[in-house]
Formats: sequence, structure tokens, C-alpha cells
Amino acid sequence: MLRFLITVIRRDLLLAARRKGDWLTSQFFFVMVVSMFPLGIGPEPEMLRRIAPGVVWVAALLASLLSLSRLFADDHRDGSLEQMLLSPEPPVLLALGKALAHWLIYGVPLLVIAPVLGLQFGLQADVIGVLMLSLLIGTPVLSLLGSVGAALTLGLRGGGVLLTLLILPLYVPALIFGAGAVDATLAGLGPEANLSLLAAFAMLTLMVAPWVTAAALRISIE
Amino acid sequence: MSEISHLAVRELACARGERTLFSGMNFQLRLGQLLLVQGGNGRGKTSLLRLLCGLAQPLEGEVHWRGQEIGGVREEYHREMAYIGHVNGIKDDLTPLENLRLSAALAGRHLDERTAEQSLIRLGLERCLDLPARVLSFGQRRRVTLAGLMTAGAVLWILDEPLTGLDVHGVALMEGLLRDHVTGGGMVVMTTHQPLSLEGVATVPLQVGPVLQPQED
Repeated sequence: MLRFLITVIRRDLLLAARRKGDWLTSQFFFVMVVSMFPLGIGPEPEMLRRIAPGVVWVAALLASLLSLSRLFADDHRDGSLEQMLLSPEPPVLLALGKALAHWLIYGVPLLVIAPVLGLQFGLQADVIGVLMLSLLIGTPVLSLLGSVGAALTLGLRGGGVLLTLLILPLYVPALIFGAGAVDATLAGLGPEANLSLLAAFAMLTLMVAPWVTAAALRISIE
Repeated sequence: MSEISHLAVRELACARGERTLFSGMNFQLRLGQLLLVQGGNGRGKTSLLRLLCGLAQPLEGEVHWRGQEIGGVREEYHREMAYIGHVNGIKDDLTPLENLRLSAALAGRHLDERTAEQSLIRLGLERCLDLPARVLSFGQRRRVTLAGLMTAGAVLWILDEPLTGLDVHGVALMEGLLRDHVTGGGMVVMTTHQPLSLEGVATVPLQVGPVLQPQED
């Protein structure tokens, strides 16, 4: 079972490595969206520092949505999704593996880029640390919940827009607690409460999302 | 042993949207038999095949494998069954060799490079082993899929139009593969619109929808 999970993850990593363009697009999108705010709002350091957590988090949500519409669509089109569902291993592992691979490919790079963007907004080192920690706990949630939406909208026309409408409301708790942790640090309070709630939400998602994704895939493929 | 029907279908019904495609379908298939599903376009051949492999759920009726409902023996059934649909199920960014080994790994089998290479060579792909599947022609990709079928080691092959895109040599090769598999004790359920010479193969015809008559002018 574990071997199947690892095979699914390695497969997606290999495919992403062969298609660096898709991968880079999402990272550049993240950087671009975040960089637009100082240009639009003006360069007052105090203001930028206050909006930074929210901006980085919202950009992370949008960047993950950008790549999610293709999470199952490519495999569906070339028939490899059917073949993977016909594997003797349970579909829930396939769903979990795809979501984890999505996190490794699209979520982890955001963690690496975020500190640089934090500096751009004039955040202190300890605040940047909390921002990274909140993204570390929060980005798996984006991939896991997103996989549910991607599976539900598979094969639909205009699925990308529908995916956004379905999934963004579900992202709200992650956004509130994630950005809230950084805000609390900025205000001189501890980030622990927000981070704990974010971690609890991540655990809940990890328990539920793969099952829902697997069920949605079965329906979508019929 | 061969008297036991391995694949049995009872009172199967299938609907697409509002329309019932077929109902009350019954058949049995034993080891060493090939079921040739016939019928016009849109009569439900593909739907039947997808019901048989468990990708779709029937409206009514049951599919049994070795005497048990396939939903209950999913793991064993999927281990012993190989399905080829309209799309090939190979990744464009990987080479044929990588594709074969990846499919095997996902199905929980180990496939060493030599065996994979030999099966690809047998299907006439010796010059494409290291090329990404993206640059291969439609027929060549079909051959990669068939090489995967060969190495899958499945008892039951469910093939939806396997001859699409194959040239004359490809069709002859496929006939050979089918004959080897069925006479070697395997089972095949397939659809095709192309003539296929299957002498010496125990073929069971199955008609879905009315028999097609050639139109007279």
C-alpha cells in the first residue's frame, strides 16, 4: 500500500520534472500577484507590513487554484486516470498520493519564495518565520481540499471557474488562521492559538479529503 | 476447472442518461474463450465493457468473477484483468519504456527493463524506445499500450477497439497475441469493427442491439 502511494507521488514528480513550464508558471504567478500590491497601494512601510500576511496568503490560494484544474484533467484525457483506478490498490490512496504530490510540486516552492516576498514587505525575521510555518501547515490543506474540487469538476466544461467557486469558500478557515497567525505576531501576541487551529484544520482535511476525492473520481469517470 | 465460468453476467442493464441501451443481458465466459461484442455505433458496446471492468456501475444486474460479484473482489479482479479503452493511457512526456514500467509499478507488479524492452521490440517499436511518446504516431502509441497488455500477465483482457490505428502488420500481430492468449488459457472480451481472422480461437459472439445489415442501393 505504501509502495503504491510512493509510486503515485514519484510518477507525478517525474511528470512535473518533464514539464517545467507548467511548474514555473504557478511560482511566477505567486510572485507577480504579491508584487502587484506595493505597486498598487503605494510604498508606505507601515501599511505594507500590515497587509503582507493577507496578501501572501491570498496569492498562495490563487496560485494553488491555478495548478489544481490540471491535477486530474491531464490524466483523465490520456486515459491514465482510468488505468490507475483499475489498479488493485484502493482509489483513496491514489487520491492521497495525487494531493501530496501536488503539495510537493506546487506548495513547497511557495514556502521557499515566501521569505523573499516577506522581505519585500519589510517583515522582521521572526514574523517571516511564522509566515513560513503557517504556510508549511496550511499549504497541504490547499492541495487536499483542492483535489476534492478538481475531482468533482473533472470533465466539465468551464471546470476551472467552477473549481474556483467551489473551493475558495472551503479555503476560508486556512486563510483566516494562516494570515491570523502572522497578524498576531505583528501585533505582539503569540501565533500559537492560530497555528494550533490551522493544524487542527489540516488534520481534519487529511482525514476526510482523500475519501471524498476518491468518491468524486468514481462518479466523474463514469 | 475449465468448466467453471470465470466471468458471468446476470440480467445486466445499462442506461446512458434517459435512454436504456440494453437490458436483461446474460452471458458466461470460460477460460480459453474470446467474447466478440458486436453491434452498431451507439448501441452500448463501450458501456458494456466499462461495466465489465468496474469503471461504471450497472443500472441493474451483476457482473461475477469466479462466482463472486466484482465489487466484492475488487482487488483480486483488478489484479487478473487488463483493460484497454479508446484512449491509450500512456503519458506523452515519458518514453515507451518508462510508460510500461510505470504502469506495471502502479498495478503493483515489478517489470524489469529487459522484459519491457522485449515486449516493445516484439510490437515493432525498437526504434522508438528512447523517444517521448509525444512524438510517436497514433498507431505507434497503440502498440505501446498493447505491449503493456502483453506484460500485464492478466487472465482477462477487456479490449475496446484494440485495432484502431494499427496497420496491416499491427492487425496481424494483434491476431497472434489474441490467439496465444486464448489458446494459452486466457480470456478476452473485445469489440472491433474490423475483420479479424481468429481461426482456431474459441469465439463466442455477443450481439448488442439489432444485427447490422449492409445497406442496399
